[in-house]
Amino acid sequence: MTIVVDTEDVIDVLRFLKSNNELQFIHLTDITAVHYPHLEKEFAVVYHIQSLVHNIRIRVKVFLHGPNPEIPTATVVWRGANWMERETFDFFGVNFIGHPDLRRILNVDDMEVFPMRKEYPLEDPNRVDKKDLYFGR
Amino acid sequence: MSDIKLAEAPPGVEGAGFFATSLDKAIGLARANSLWPLPFATSCCGIEFMATMGSTYDLARFGAERPSFSPRQADMLLVMGTIAKKMAPVLRQVYIQIAEPRWVIAVGACASSGGIFDTYSVLQGIDEIIPVDVYVPGCPPRPEAILDGVLRLQDIVKNESLNRRNTPEYKALLEKYGIHTNK
Repeated sequence: MTIVVDTEDVIDVLRFLKSNNELQFIHLTDITAVHYPHLEKEFAVVYHIQSLVHNIRIRVKVFLHGPNPEIPTATVVWRGANWMERETFDFFGVNFIGHPDLRRILNVDDMEVFPMRKEYPLEDPNRVDKKDLYFGR
Repeated sequence: MSDIKLAEAPPGVEGAGFFATSLDKAIGLARANSLWPLPFATSCCGIEFMATMGSTYDLARFGAERPSFSPRQADMLLVMGTIAKKMAPVLRQVYIQIAEPRWVIAVGACASSGGIFDTYSVLQGIDEIIPVDVYVPGCPPRPEAILDGVLRLQDIVKNESLNRRNTPEYKALLEKYGIHTNK
């Protein structure tokens, strides 16, 4: 199940899901993002949360405006969100406001682009042996 | 009778009790038959290299007896596998730490050109960051191909002039890769 919430409410919603005695969504499985270039709000930050008590999962989605999307950090709810948010920042350039140490985690530090955005060409420009001709383009 | 074959002597002048040849050739022969490999293995080509070092193929037959895991004690850098861009400075550092003379073999498609990993995170061939002497094709190459690469490198080593590492051409080659010699 997916619920879509606004940027201002996301931390309250996450905190409620985690701390409510009925729900107990205590496990943050992952934080990631999706780039939808055709939408007006082109970025979606996705939280995958699990209730270990009831063995059910829920997905929380927040849509954001590009090209510099901003969202409050979830590290205030789960400490484990730290590296997940760093990864999401690394690949999508989502700025998690209030994050204690928001820098790249997997890619080289001097990288200037966010490679998982759909505007970014996946193939390395330094490659010389792949001529478009051979690939019918 | 022993069936051990000795390396062929370089051309020279032979007489009763003496043999004369050029110093280049004698040193080249010694260097070529005692290459100390530094395996820089990051993926499946490294597994093929393990087979190359094993008893069936046995790289030691060609004088590369001892894989060195210290760049200070090696002269043949074997780069085997995908080099991610984050790994590139590490590989470059290892190359710089090897004392002259040093040689590099790029084993397999990834080390030679990036291979199938044509993507933002992978180096498109190690010759973007360090000079390469021999390229071994294959994905991964069989141990025979790696042995062939080492034998071809031996040819290069045998025929290298003693002065090569001091020439302006060689220094210019290193400068091209941003490696500065202090001489």
